[in-house]
Amino acid sequence: MMTFADLVQSLYAFAMAWGIPYVVFALVVMAIQVGAVIGYISVAAMFLIWWERKISAHIQVRFGPMRVGGWHGWAQSIADGLKLLLKEDIIPRGADRVVFVLAPMVVFAASLAAYVTIPWAPGLIVRDLNIGILYMVSISSLTVVGIIMAGWSSNNKYSVLGAMRSAAQAVSYEVPMVVALLGPVMLAGSMRMGALVEAQAQGAWLGILPGWFVFPQILAFLIYFICALAECNRLPFDIPEAESELVAGFHVEYSGMRFAIFFLAEYANMFTVSAIATTMFLGGWHGPWITLPGLSPGLSQGLFGLAWFQVKCYFLIFVMMWLRWTLARLRVDQLMDFSWKVLLPLSFANLVITGWVLVAGTQILLMVLGVLFVVALAVGLAGRARGRAATGTARG
Amino acid sequence: MDIKLAIFYILAAFTVWAAGVVVLGKNIVRAAVALIFSFCGVAGLYVLLEAEFLAAVQVLIYVGGITILLLFAIMLTSRIGAGTTRVINDQVVLSALVGAGLLFGLGYAVLRGIPALTGPPHLPETSPFLGRALLTTYALPFEVVSVLLLAGMVGAIVLARKE
Repeated sequence: MMTFADLVQSLYAFAMAWGIPYVVFALVVMAIQVGAVIGYISVAAMFLIWWERKISAHIQVRFGPMRVGGWHGWAQSIADGLKLLLKEDIIPRGADRVVFVLAPMVVFAASLAAYVTIPWAPGLIVRDLNIGILYMVSISSLTVVGIIMAGWSSNNKYSVLGAMRSAAQAVSYEVPMVVALLGPVMLAGSMRMGALVEAQAQGAWLGILPGWFVFPQILAFLIYFICALAECNRLPFDIPEAESELVAGFHVEYSGMRFAIFFLAEYANMFTVSAIATTMFLGGWHGPWITLPGLSPGLSQGLFGLAWFQVKCYFLIFVMMWLRWTLARLRVDQLMDFSWKVLLPLSFANLVITGWVLVAGTQILLMVLGVLFVVALAVGLAGRARGRAATGTARG
Repeated sequence: MDIKLAIFYILAAFTVWAAGVVVLGKNIVRAAVALIFSFCGVAGLYVLLEAEFLAAVQVLIYVGGITILLLFAIMLTSRIGAGTTRVINDQVVLSALVGAGLLFGLGYAVLRGIPALTGPPHLPETSPFLGRALLTTYALPFEVVSVLLLAGMVGAIVLARKE
């Protein structure tokens, strides 16, 4: 067996030889894939929770979990998970039971469904849909609906406020996110995740850098990363869960396993947006690899690809956590201003310039950069002149 | 009965049930949630018709945009969950007749037209085809729709402005 794709093919041949109808085989394969994804999400979320506590601790010059399980409290997440499972399930008296129970399921289903098109390794993708990235973006918009359902059905003013703020934030930051993602799609010429990764394999920018899209699309990458932080409700876009303002925002009335599902969905979401950023900007699973002794080159590349993908994703998650414990929370009006007045025009500018360069060649890029430089210089000088006139002093 | 037909029946039943809850449900928030389900059911039907781009856009726009707008309107309307609004009004007989008439007319048109239907065109990928068509053959309707959206946005801003 050369790659993971061939593994599925040989299993299919095996099933056909035994006379199993295709439907049964397909359903069994789907069940295995879903089980693997849910297993990965659970383990990854537990690891990320522990990691977040460790990172926050070290940034705040303390230790974090140190006791549970011995070395640096690695089993803390397992203990937390058990605790949440065993807690009493409380549903507030005036709450709408059906919607209250359904809300965490909708949020988790949306987070889980986005794992269908994540390219883990060459050939290892649940389903390489030809609308890959569009599918992931539309499924992510389902989480907002779940959040509103949770906030409204809790029969609690803080929940409703948190839910409405979250919906406004998520919807506002979705637009520049999608427009920023169009940049790499234009460069690769396809929305399929596999094609996006393959398009970053060849070539090298300036001869030494790998052919990833982050170098020509650095503005799109920054815009996407900021919008991804907002989509995950992470600080500095923490308003929906603002611990110091709204108690816990939209999930304040949820306890035990229901809260655990929200928590799991948040960390699953963090991984999903990091995976999208890795695939579209950081070259996906590409990285240096060697043929391991005893394994075929295809399988070696697959294993190294899997490792590189995880390294890149967790690096981006580390940056997200680092930002959370460093930056202050944005106010609601600052948040909306930033999205509509700064990120959206910038993402459209990126789209226009990318289109121009693709059609007219890279000479246009130099001309555009030159024009932008002159305009920025003019604006800067005019601003300084106006500032000097306003304060009335001539600073030498 | 092959698997596609079975999936179609399941999706259609789900969509119609959700639509029934939307129309006949007494609790307005539950009706909005059922609307989400019916939109997702329609997206599934689009996938069965091999229009995957349309299915993704249906979820993105209808569920991710319009339903949220609806839920905001519900949440910002005071005392909407408190009162019991009547689900059936006084014109129920006349509207039932009109609805039945529409059903028979549409059913007749569809059933008579079935021999002429050829099924989905089996394109390898619909998105590049749609993109090219929108920017070449249908460029004028595309631009007119964007002007219409702009007019809608300007109208909303004018209506919501504080004088």
